[in-house]
Amino acid sequence: MTATVRYSDVEVGTEIPERVFPVRRIDLVRYAGASGDFNPIHWNERTAKAVGLPDVIAHGMFTMAQAGRLVTDWVGDPGALVEYKVRFSAPVVVPDDEKGAEVTVSGVVKEKLDGNLVRVALTARSGGAKVLARSTAVVRLA
Amino acid sequence: MGINREYVGREYRSPQPYEVTRVKIREFAEAIGDPNPVYFDPASARAAGYGDVVAPPTFPVIMGMEGMSQAVVDPELRLDFSRVVHGDQSFEYRRPLQAGDVVETVTRITDVSALGGNELLTLESEMRTVEGEHVLTAKNMLVVRGAAEEPREQDAKGQGSSA
Repeated sequence: MTATVRYSDVEVGTEIPERVFPVRRIDLVRYAGASGDFNPIHWNERTAKAVGLPDVIAHGMFTMAQAGRLVTDWVGDPGALVEYKVRFSAPVVVPDDEKGAEVTVSGVVKEKLDGNLVRVALTARSGGAKVLARSTAVVRLA
Repeated sequence: MGINREYVGREYRSPQPYEVTRVKIREFAEAIGDPNPVYFDPASARAAGYGDVVAPPTFPVIMGMEGMSQAVVDPELRLDFSRVVHGDQSFEYRRPLQAGDVVETVTRITDVSALGGNELLTLESEMRTVEGEHVLTAKNMLVVRGAAEEPREQDAKGQGSSA
């Protein structure tokens, strides 16, 4: 499969429209099971608070998956992803209610590289905090 | 007591190869809420040029967890998993993982350092098929909160630093 976004149509500064992803406790429980990461700070308030966190926090990899989706949905092909890195700059705090937390993700093309590759800078915010910093994806466009 | 620095360079090999299956890819894609048909439907994946359904980009965390689990239960490493938060993560892909791949993971502790009152543990995982094809490399840095300032007995009595 090839990407649906063309390299020639993209410029430095091209923006990927912002998206909002909900994160509830049930999502963290499901993610713990699917990923095998059963660290109790992602489901047990008592443990989270005992280690100094304000409440249960989302798995960083769950947030990374949401932010990555902004890029893979944009290009249409998850196989177009060549490199993907994130820094978890603040936790996504997930309260024990029906609404949970929200992660707002946006992206902008930072660099055009050889071989139809572009580097996209990603930003993710939750509860007023920047939860991903210095996060980039390198994708191969059509 | 902090992380055992003598463990830098230590390798943890997956006890058995990991078989990437359609069912596990589906479970993982549902857990991250990503409905892309190339994760769920073999016909869609084939139409997209793949041999079978492919795995989402962060799927390799499953194999990474296996390597980390071995480190976590290694008492000599002195890692308190409940104090661990994820610092950063990167992946370099040769291609997406695909149902039918059988993958071996070698996870190496590449660095242990202190930052403020925390300790940072860096792991690098290389994932290859059993046929020897290098599919991807994952790196992650874990922050062990407060590991470098665990109060000792005398600290509690006010004789040590209160950092």
